[in-house]
Amino acid sequence: MTEQREERAAFRIKSAEIVVSALFLAAGALVMYDSVRLGATWGDDGPKPGYFPFYVALIMAAAALVNLARGFLITPEKNAPFVLAGQLKLVLAVLVPSAIYAAAIIWIGIYAASVVFIGFFMRWLGKYAWWKVAAVSLGVAVAFFFIFEIWFKVPLPKGPIEAFLGLD
Amino acid sequence: MDEIQSLMQGFGVALTPTNLVLMFTGVILGVIIGVLPGLGGANGVAILLPLTFGMAQQPGGATSAIILLSCIYWGALFGGAITSILFNIPGEPWSVATTFDGYPLAQQGRAGNALTAAFTSSFVGALVAVLMITFLSPVIANFALEFGPPEFFAVYLLTFCAFIGTSKEPPFKTLAAMMLGFTLAAVGTDPVTGTLRLTFGSTRLLTGFDFLVAVIGLFGIGEILLTLEEGLAFRGAKAKLNLRVVLDTWKELPRYWLTSLRSSAVGCFMGIVPGGATPASFMSYGVARRFSKDGDKFGTGMVEGVVAPETAAHAAGTSALLPMITLGVPGSPTAAVLLGGLMIWGLQPGPLLFIEQKDFVWGLIASMYLGNIAGLLVVLTCVPLFAAILRVPFSVIAPVIIVICAIGAFTVHNALFDVWMMVVFGVLGYAFKKLQYPLAPLVLAIVLGDNAEASFRQAMLFSQGDLAIFFSNKLVGFLTAAALALLFWPLVAWILAKARNR
Repeated sequence: MTEQREERAAFRIKSAEIVVSALFLAAGALVMYDSVRLGATWGDDGPKPGYFPFYVALIMAAAALVNLARGFLITPEKNAPFVLAGQLKLVLAVLVPSAIYAAAIIWIGIYAASVVFIGFFMRWLGKYAWWKVAAVSLGVAVAFFFIFEIWFKVPLPKGPIEAFLGLD
Repeated sequence: MDEIQSLMQGFGVALTPTNLVLMFTGVILGVIIGVLPGLGGANGVAILLPLTFGMAQQPGGATSAIILLSCIYWGALFGGAITSILFNIPGEPWSVATTFDGYPLAQQGRAGNALTAAFTSSFVGALVAVLMITFLSPVIANFALEFGPPEFFAVYLLTFCAFIGTSKEPPFKTLAAMMLGFTLAAVGTDPVTGTLRLTFGSTRLLTGFDFLVAVIGLFGIGEILLTLEEGLAFRGAKAKLNLRVVLDTWKELPRYWLTSLRSSAVGCFMGIVPGGATPASFMSYGVARRFSKDGDKFGTGMVEGVVAPETAAHAAGTSALLPMITLGVPGSPTAAVLLGGLMIWGLQPGPLLFIEQKDFVWGLIASMYLGNIAGLLVVLTCVPLFAAILRVPFSVIAPVIIVICAIGAFTVHNALFDVWMMVVFGVLGYAFKKLQYPLAPLVLAIVLGDNAEASFRQAMLFSQGDLAIFFSNKLVGFLTAAALALLFWPLVAWILAKARNR
């Protein structure tokens, strides 16, 4: 990437540490709650189902508390940027389309979704000519179709387009 | 000399035409996986694992499947060196130390020498480790046949405590990540009583979280997101590798025999300890620098500085399979994925494999010898081809890798839910990597969680809930004590450091 990066921090280590350890703490609490519901004690025939997860979650929550405390203790001079604004933009530019891609498979099948996904990337981030975009994205989808459906006989999700072509 | 005889039988199993083709396919795929950003040994094997489900059903198919997958692993180990030397991008964490001298060598136009040295010493390291596996694993397996639930739980405990004691990440973060893995493993059906746990009424969570999906998301998507921060283009040195350069380097290499030997020893030892390959490569680089007479020139492009970390990393990566096949406890994330594969194919990893599945075990060990020879041949002849892959612009390669990851996640259970989970794990992997939460113990905990819990509960049933069972005989007492020592090592080290500063 030759263009100028935005060097402003989107957010810093301290907030990231605090958020992540708080999430760990919440996960620990949730698991402990469900384990207690199942019985986290010693039953007639040995430990109940919630026994092991309860203590695992307890240790996780305790470790999360330490990490949380250490997060709060990060001094301003040590509080380096977690991610720069320019970097975050690039990361989101991949993450958001990936999430949409994962969601779109259910409607249009994995092949059509892959064509759109790869095409979008090449056109938007790579600025390729349309014919190159079409060649690569269609080529990859067709190659995968042959590898998975025909060679390895692993059926992947298909949508209306495959049904129309009679490939389903 | 039972081992030699078994090994010869193993060669008989591994040397069929099908298996040889699979070996080369595996190595080539592995090198490509090792070269590509976002695809490494662990998730490369995870993505291809579902494709072997059908293969493993046929008689002798499980051996072919493990040969394919383990050769992908060898290939990925070789591939990591290519990106480190030519592009200064370590493809795998254990190739970081290779960049110190490998990239300067490439900048001086000696990329060919650096690559030849790296590949050859990788091969030597692997060979030493495979020799060790050949002769040590039957002994360990035999020994482990006596293990009951308390001993197995103690081994698991030792494995996980070793992460806390040896990892360079903060111990409480290691602990949190590890426990998250155990929690994810507990979701779904309780292995002992069959009760549903932590599903919160969702039918999608009935079968729990699959470690393959976690691996693909954490390592694959997470790695892509991290790579993106660095921008969209890679710039690398030209790779020219011809016979003359190879022979010239080979003439130079015997000079470093002592370094190789030392690094192999460090690698073999560290590889058995979980998460060992990366520390092993750094350690042996450090040791080589201290002992070499050109120690002060390290970092400016010394061939010896490439030999040391590569030998150790490959030795460690290979010997990580020793605890996996003998005890059922993997030494690295990739070994963990291979172990998961064994379970999916219906093989119970552990000491019994050496009795019940002789062909499988010795076929695998024989394929380690052959696979590494195949690997050396492939990388020495095809480097320019593999380097060309990295010149494909990231805006093309990134979406293709994400598509491959998505297909890999889907094929695990034919569930779209897994593809969504993969994206979630990707975000987790990205955040964890940046905040120094280690991923290896997380993955190992997901794989081993059910087994660890079952052996713990069986041991507890045995002793009526008395924890003293973990000290009830010499063996289990030693394992537990060693585990506790490793667990509290960071605390001891911290106190010592404080005391010294005072």
